[in-house]
Amino acid sequence: MSKKVLVFAEGREGRVRNVSLEALTVAKKVAGGGEIVATVFGTQTDSFVESLAHHGADKVYVVNSPSLDQYIADIYKEAFMQVVEQVKPDVILLGHTPNGRDVAPKIAQALDIGMVSDNIAVDVLEDKIVFTRPIYAGKAFVKKIFNDGTILATIRPNNIPMGEPDESRTAEKVDISYTPSGNALRVQIKDVIRKASKGVDLSEAKIVVSGGRGSKSKEGFEKLYELADILNAAVGASRSACDEGYADYSLQVGQTGKVVTPDLYIAFGISGAIQHLAGMSNAKVIVAVNKDAEAPIFQVSDYGIVGDMYEVLPLLMEEFKKLLSESA
Amino acid sequence: MNILVLLKQTFDTEEKIVLENGKVSEEGVEFVINPYDEYAVEEAIKIKEELGGEVTTISLGPDRFESAIRTALAMGVDKAILVDDPDVFGDEYTAAKVLTEVIKDQTYDLILAGYVAVDDASGQVPQRIADMLNIPIISTAVKIEIDGSNITVHRDVEGDTEILEAPLPVIITSQQGLNDPRYPSLPGIMKAKKKPLDRLSADDIGVSPDEVKAKTEVIETFLPPKKEAGRILSGEISDQGRELVQLLRSEAKVI
Repeated sequence: MSKKVLVFAEGREGRVRNVSLEALTVAKKVAGGGEIVATVFGTQTDSFVESLAHHGADKVYVVNSPSLDQYIADIYKEAFMQVVEQVKPDVILLGHTPNGRDVAPKIAQALDIGMVSDNIAVDVLEDKIVFTRPIYAGKAFVKKIFNDGTILATIRPNNIPMGEPDESRTAEKVDISYTPSGNALRVQIKDVIRKASKGVDLSEAKIVVSGGRGSKSKEGFEKLYELADILNAAVGASRSACDEGYADYSLQVGQTGKVVTPDLYIAFGISGAIQHLAGMSNAKVIVAVNKDAEAPIFQVSDYGIVGDMYEVLPLLMEEFKKLLSESA
Repeated sequence: MNILVLLKQTFDTEEKIVLENGKVSEEGVEFVINPYDEYAVEEAIKIKEELGGEVTTISLGPDRFESAIRTALAMGVDKAILVDDPDVFGDEYTAAKVLTEVIKDQTYDLILAGYVAVDDASGQVPQRIADMLNIPIISTAVKIEIDGSNITVHRDVEGDTEILEAPLPVIITSQQGLNDPRYPSLPGIMKAKKKPLDRLSADDIGVSPDEVKAKTEVIETFLPPKKEAGRILSGEISDQGRELVQLLRSEAKVI
């Protein structure tokens, strides 16, 4: 049976987020030939329509309102519900991003339906959609189904391969106006302090360079950014590195902190506590550099170098630079 | 200032997961307050110490939750409510409905909760409750300031900080970095034993299990394939560096 699917598409730095395109790939899989509708919020999103069409959207609802340029949970929920009322979808998909994961449960509640968060795989078995998601930060996984009602799920970035774009596809653009109600204006945004401009977003990065207690100092930890720049990678940290003040808590990878699944994870001076391993052991390829040959991190790594990270780091930077300039 | 804290008990994050009959085994497991809820408990106590009032934790879960609740009471929480009726254990839909019914019977200015629990990590319940109570929610707080009937919250968003303001009551979820939770003191632990813990059934809160029946269902639980320890490179460090980069290109194909 075909299903109508609504995908919430988000942008970052002027482009559609990869996870939104990954959600469209899921949409194609579950729609069974049904219509795929994407929706984008804010005044800077007109250019997203083309890319969403290439990845499978038949229609794009553009909610072009300046009130949506900054995320506020109540405002996003209200605007989203307006789209839901017009589209009447059977399935709703969002990226498991800071905004997506925050607004999705509010939408689920407003519709009085279930929700399955943070999925790493979505399959169709007979007439059921089966969602696979980690529990205990990936120490185990569950498969979930819906018993009844509209289906609502969030998709974890960087896990479901994005389909090839079809550049011949176009989508019908539907403009929607939205004005927040008084209720949605209870929360006011006063200021935004940008700190994360440095580098690539951790949860969506293809490569993560991470430092632990072995970084020894804040200055030492900062050196990881030089390697990250060469590889276009994000920088992560272990809990010890954060507790010691070498790195900001927003960089922490682990069961408390962020769970990352990049193609390549390079761990410098990280011993590999269980709670850290939970946050990164599902990366496709893991490299560990540690002085201690007995460190548990080597049990989950594909390649290991036993040595001082400050001796290895410059060597790797030089080698990566060489390799990447050869292939450029 | 009356503050409610949503509290869940979880596995200690250093626990490994073992399956028994297709389910996560609790045999010999060390349980703790969900680390993110612990920040919420600490923040509630700090606010109470400054502004006065009362802190109440609200939980939904099995009998074993009591040890986490007693820890919170020992930290300085005044009283606790535990819905321990298995008839209303379900999914996030169920949990939010049950907890909302409990909250509706309380007077509160502020509700605090962890932004996520480290076991299921669904991160749905506070948002759902906010929606049912029709109060605002601000997630992943790293700093909270209360000024009269207004609250200012610094919120972590992918490393950036947003500063938001809202009128009370609101739900705030805590992110790491909000505070440093205290250890319970010995007198605190003694006092906690006598603090009220109210155990409620579905009947007590006027919820019929049918009305809050789970919308989703787990059909399988499984462990990830065990990762084989990989190759430890050998030889001169500089050669190892070169070899590693080549392996990442030609064998692993990730560069």
